[in-house]
Amino acid sequence: MGEFKVHRVRFFDYMPSAIRTMAFNSRSERLALARADGAVELFNFADNYFQDKVIPGREGRDTEALCWVGRRLFSAGLNGEITEYDLEKLRPRYTVAAFGGAIWTMSSNSQGSLLAVGCEDGTVKIFEVLEETIRHQRNLARQKGRIVSLSWHPSGTLIAAGMMDMIQIFDAETGQATHRLLVEKRLRASKSVEVVVWSVVFLSDHTIVSGDSAGKVQMWDGSTGTLIRTYLVSKWDVLALAVSQDERSLVAGTSEGTVIQFQFLSTVDQQPEEWIRTRTFKNHSHDVRALAHTETAVVSGGMDVQLVVRPLLDKVERNTQEAALRKIAFPHRNLVCCAKKAGLLLFQFPEHLEVWRLGESDGHAGRPGDRLPVKRKPEKLIELKRKGEDHICCSALSPCGGWIAYSTVSGVRLYRFQHNNNIRISKVSRLPKVLCSVQQLCFSSDSSKLFASTSHSSLIVVGLNQSECKYLNTLKPKSDSRQPVHLLAASDDGRWLAAANTDCEIHVYNLEKMKIHCSVPIHSSCPTAIAIHPVTSSLVAVHADQQIFEYSLELKEYTEWSRKLQKQGLHSLWLERDTPVTHITFNPRNPAHIVLHDAFMFCIIDQSLPLPEAKAVLYNQMTLRSLPESDRPRHSHAFKICKSFQHLMCVSLLDDHSLVAVERPLQDIMCQLPPPVRQKKFAT
Amino acid sequence: MKGQRSEGKVDCSENMVEHANVRVVHRGGSKINFREPVISSDSRFLLCPSGESVKVFSTSTEECIRDLRGHTDLVTGVLIRPSNHLQVYSSSLDGTVRLWDFTDGILIRTCVIGQPIYSMYTSAHHKGILFIVISMGADRRSELFQLVAVHLPQSGEQLVEAREVSAVLSYVDSNPATISFGKGGEYIASATGFQLEVFYFRKQKSYRFFLKGNNKKGAKNTFTCVACHPHENCIATGHEDGKIRLWRNFTDQKEYTYSTLHWHHSAVSSLRFTPEGTNLLSGGVESVLVQWRYNQDNQRDFLPRLGAAITHITVSPDGSLFCTSHSDNKITVIQSCVKVSAVIQGLVKGRSIRTDLMVDPCSKALVLNGKPGHLQFYSLQRDKLLYNLDIVQQEYIHELGLEQMEVVKAAFSPAGNWLATVEERKQSATEVELNLKLWEFDQQTQSFVLNTTISAPHEAQITAMCFCQAADSQTTMLVSASKEGHFKAWQLEPAHTEDEGPSWSCGFVGAYHGLVPGCCCFSADGSLLAVGFQEVVTVWSPVSWELLTTLSQPPGIIRNLCFGRLSCSKYLLGTISNNMLCCWNLLTCSLEWSTSMDTSLLLADPLSENMAAFCSQAGCTDLFVFKPSEPRPLFSQKAVCSGKVTRAVFAPREEMLESCEESSQWLNHSQLYFFNQNMDLLSFTTKAEEDRLMASSKQLMIDDSVAMTPFYLLLGKHRQQEGNPEADSSLPVDRAALPQGTVAMKELLQTPAHVLPSTSFLCSMFVQSLLISITDSREEHKHSDEELESEKEEEDSEGEMDSSILRPELGPVAAAPPLSKAQIRELRRVKKLDHSWCTGLLDS
Repeated sequence: MGEFKVHRVRFFDYMPSAIRTMAFNSRSERLALARADGAVELFNFADNYFQDKVIPGREGRDTEALCWVGRRLFSAGLNGEITEYDLEKLRPRYTVAAFGGAIWTMSSNSQGSLLAVGCEDGTVKIFEVLEETIRHQRNLARQKGRIVSLSWHPSGTLIAAGMMDMIQIFDAETGQATHRLLVEKRLRASKSVEVVVWSVVFLSDHTIVSGDSAGKVQMWDGSTGTLIRTYLVSKWDVLALAVSQDERSLVAGTSEGTVIQFQFLSTVDQQPEEWIRTRTFKNHSHDVRALAHTETAVVSGGMDVQLVVRPLLDKVERNTQEAALRKIAFPHRNLVCCAKKAGLLLFQFPEHLEVWRLGESDGHAGRPGDRLPVKRKPEKLIELKRKGEDHICCSALSPCGGWIAYSTVSGVRLYRFQHNNNIRISKVSRLPKVLCSVQQLCFSSDSSKLFASTSHSSLIVVGLNQSECKYLNTLKPKSDSRQPVHLLAASDDGRWLAAANTDCEIHVYNLEKMKIHCSVPIHSSCPTAIAIHPVTSSLVAVHADQQIFEYSLELKEYTEWSRKLQKQGLHSLWLERDTPVTHITFNPRNPAHIVLHDAFMFCIIDQSLPLPEAKAVLYNQMTLRSLPESDRPRHSHAFKICKSFQHLMCVSLLDDHSLVAVERPLQDIMCQLPPPVRQKKFAT
Repeated sequence: MKGQRSEGKVDCSENMVEHANVRVVHRGGSKINFREPVISSDSRFLLCPSGESVKVFSTSTEECIRDLRGHTDLVTGVLIRPSNHLQVYSSSLDGTVRLWDFTDGILIRTCVIGQPIYSMYTSAHHKGILFIVISMGADRRSELFQLVAVHLPQSGEQLVEAREVSAVLSYVDSNPATISFGKGGEYIASATGFQLEVFYFRKQKSYRFFLKGNNKKGAKNTFTCVACHPHENCIATGHEDGKIRLWRNFTDQKEYTYSTLHWHHSAVSSLRFTPEGTNLLSGGVESVLVQWRYNQDNQRDFLPRLGAAITHITVSPDGSLFCTSHSDNKITVIQSCVKVSAVIQGLVKGRSIRTDLMVDPCSKALVLNGKPGHLQFYSLQRDKLLYNLDIVQQEYIHELGLEQMEVVKAAFSPAGNWLATVEERKQSATEVELNLKLWEFDQQTQSFVLNTTISAPHEAQITAMCFCQAADSQTTMLVSASKEGHFKAWQLEPAHTEDEGPSWSCGFVGAYHGLVPGCCCFSADGSLLAVGFQEVVTVWSPVSWELLTTLSQPPGIIRNLCFGRLSCSKYLLGTISNNMLCCWNLLTCSLEWSTSMDTSLLLADPLSENMAAFCSQAGCTDLFVFKPSEPRPLFSQKAVCSGKVTRAVFAPREEMLESCEESSQWLNHSQLYFFNQNMDLLSFTTKAEEDRLMASSKQLMIDDSVAMTPFYLLLGKHRQQEGNPEADSSLPVDRAALPQGTVAMKELLQTPAHVLPSTSFLCSMFVQSLLISITDSREEHKHSDEELESEKEEEDSEGEMDSSILRPELGPVAAAPPLSKAQIRELRRVKKLDHSWCTGLLDS
């Protein structure tokens, strides 16, 4: 595997924000997830739960509700505005004010023609969904107290609204309330404490299911307005409800971090079916704020920042990858940029950027695994606050460390950065006008060019020299994909630039001729990391389904090694990993080595060694170490996997051949969370 | 000596011929928590398998009302017959299913299956079919079991064979809690290991569900028990880690689902739904009965502090009574989950018996460890726990790994007026806390009162303790031997001051070359004390404390010492660690004989010369009974039980047996009780004794089977008294009137007050019974009486019995041509009644 001096970096205080709400689009199998900082993330459940798009947040945008209408995504928040997102440019398309105070909830009818929002002032406002925009149609009868939850009956004629202490049923045509269902308080609770109906679900058989702050899940008959069943499921609040498409399974999320499943079963033969509490899932430590019920799984998220996909074992094949529990805690993209020549690290936060200089040690001797004494401590050189209200969506640090660029939805900023003796940063003014909204930024290896991706997958090349920058060219792919570019990679020799978009396309441009060179054959899964080999000029791409491809740019075909790999197939354990590879680098000393990593391991692929057989042990580093020197070659294979670093945000090789591993232990994130609700634990 | 040994061996093998008339039985002190009891449909009786019989307890008075005897091996299940709630089935390892009328204690039918039955089930859906669990292979010891259905023949015969069985489920668990019938027998749920199998009878289809063995959170998913909801499609299963799962939708192999209830912290041992299905009861090691509201998972009620781990839960058919069996051999009757109304306590069996088995000379009760820190007094004759004597007198703290004070030794003085106990607590490997307590029997309170407490009587553990055996000796003496290398003699000293009573103090400390004494024994007359110091037997005179002699011929550590009795009192017997049984003659001070056997226990019958030796051999225990004077066993039985026998006692009989057979003579004076490895109390019985018991119980049956209701009983008796003198008159035998009076009186006194007829009725009858009847006047009386009650006679089953007894006598009388009017009537009555009796029998 080779020996490296490793910088084990743990000073990246990345803190994901809490999950507020989510919406699942069963047609496109995409989950939209809103976080407390206003960011919206999109997961493609059809493609290994890959997080392919992230719309950055904005100051003051407290998203409380997300709603899919066809392929369009709407959000509403406490700022009283409804926003539709542009999923190609990854920015809000437009915003409409509802003029009803804070919006707590939003729901669309099953036809996708109307959007109902519940406001602080007690009105339910109906918006008409038009081709380009939405238009306020009318208000339903105004109630006292805020509307906290809404649900349309599938027929579109009735709306159930959860409020304080009660549930109202409206006739969507007339706008009048038809039933008022009073929700009981918790036993022995004081009268002044209101019961909040956090969530309602209107089922097609006119059953209304409600979850409230008294810890109850209640089933009501919506046509008569009577209570059918009460399940006391929690000592605290029931915050979220979700029902499966076929309305045979229902899940409720509570403040205790539990998700409780109810199923529609018949207990006695030839008797009508009824809702029965069945399973309890406990995968969260804090409030479960958001729930989605897909065909095969329960998706839950909440205060503890993790997205949990819990497959329902009665719906999936056992002992497959689909049946495994997934916890998604980290973003599937790079938040760390490493200046290889200068030994600097750029950390991207939603609100600011940080540049750190790595520490140094003089110790060269030492056995593998030894800790070297630190001569110079790592040092935070600069903390760069973003300007404006929009959060940072991407950033880049040039390999020499002399340039810092970041982008928000509103614009791009470029800084000249001096870090040798006295630290100085100066903003580069007068950027080319075309650099207004970019999704990805990347510097060339000699730091002379900045590449930025804009709409329609086109790339802008900007030339940089001493404190000024100049627009050089715009590169356009041949395809007419409108999807955003989410990965950029420039070759070390400055000849090639590769760009991958969420349509799974990878385009390679020739920077000398400033035109497109070739397009890599499209693989069905989205690429998660791409890089160009500095010596052989071949493109290495890893996809969300864990496949690895190597494409020779000179020959415009897959390399021999890649063909061999595809023919033999990857090891099953490799394919079973549940986090995507997010970064690829190469070892300049040994061109046969490809260094890549995901959240739980980093791997050096040695192309000179044979590929692992299907029956071979994939994680064999420990066994190899125990073998005598002479036996090792027989047992070693191309995949050398190291798991001694966990929760990796970045692994990169510096020019001085030391390895940088940026870790963010999950425990550190967990201990920064607010304390969970008090629960009695056995034997305490 | 070698020759002698070989001779002994030959004798042994010769005597190994089967003593068919002596049998090992479970008699007294049996487990009442072995299998779950049943409650009769009127909730008045509790039937529970206990050893080889089924006991019928009253749920209100806790008394054992009846003992249904007849099985010849452990009873493994009792069930109410679904078609007749006054009859019960009982299954046993002897391969029979018996049908009983439990109110009268009559064995109605015996059905021979031919294989040991481990548990039994019935269902309302399957009339005339019993489901039993038998072992799968031909090998009876196989660990695999199957559930089979037996069609019970409907013939009226007493003994029927039903050897044809049809398999229902294979690879089931023998524990009856793991199988349950759902919805009155529509389906059956069986759990083994990590698998739940649901079998539908109509569809003949089974569904299997598996749980993972273990997961990261440390769940232990092994199934421990199953219960089916009475009318909904819901199965409750209990698990090793205390979880209860409610399975639903189990007709779908893929889309089945379950919910989990979790309160128990360790394995759930029993689950039951109430008959309406509104509540689920669960119990486990926590000794708390938990009542879950069905479909309201968060609501549950607790009945805590039930004393010991719950092993079974039973619900009465009307749901008003619950009853829980506990691991300390106790059944608690609970009224509507709030109040413990009765506790039926059997012989308390802990994990081990530290004290020896003893018999209290006063009460003739068996004495051994009971509850922690207690000695229990258990009457074997009445099969009842008399009382617990708190020895340690400290609070028992339930905590894992906490060492508690425990009674380890106890001894009674021969007269039974003194009890010595030793309690110990092991604080560490070297440090031991010891207390010697001496208890005096108080005649007034009829219990033992603490007289003297000697703390730290020895510095190390006490290995043996015994009282001087002589009943007439002036002073009582106690000898205790300890690992520290001394033995001490304790004597009762007169009081120093007026207000103090006599107390005990140490009289002599003996040692022998610093060796550790392992056992001690007094001779029957109290003149000699033998103490075994490792390899040396020392014989002391308790009067002068002079070392009389030492015996150490065969090398080996002495494990057990025993003096001969009566005519053999010149012999001293001992067992030695290298599998030798030696007999020394104390007159010649030499080895009389020895034989090679691995004796685990040697004990002497206090009422005869006989000695019993339990020898373990090849995983089994053999018993030899012999007289010390000759090395030839009087009786021997191979493979008495599996495992090692370490505790046994000779209990004196209340009345001597008159057995003339040589092999069973040793049982005439005393009965030998012993504990096997599984802590079952076993005993020996002879064929004659068994026959006598059976006969007495039959007698009892005839007496009582008459009584359909107590009212009938009284009326019936009334008739009998009137009918009898009539027969008397025609017979030459003269009978005193007084016995009749006593019968009526007995009836009057024994019948519970609430079932008696009105006092006015009783009064006249009572007075009548006391009158000495005059034959002439009785004729008229009788006429009117017969007229009045002629209708009642038809149903009267009372007369039928005595008439059948009378029949042989009546025969010759009827042959004479002139019949008196009364006699004709009597004859007619006999005919009529005979007929109804026959049909009655056939119906049952």
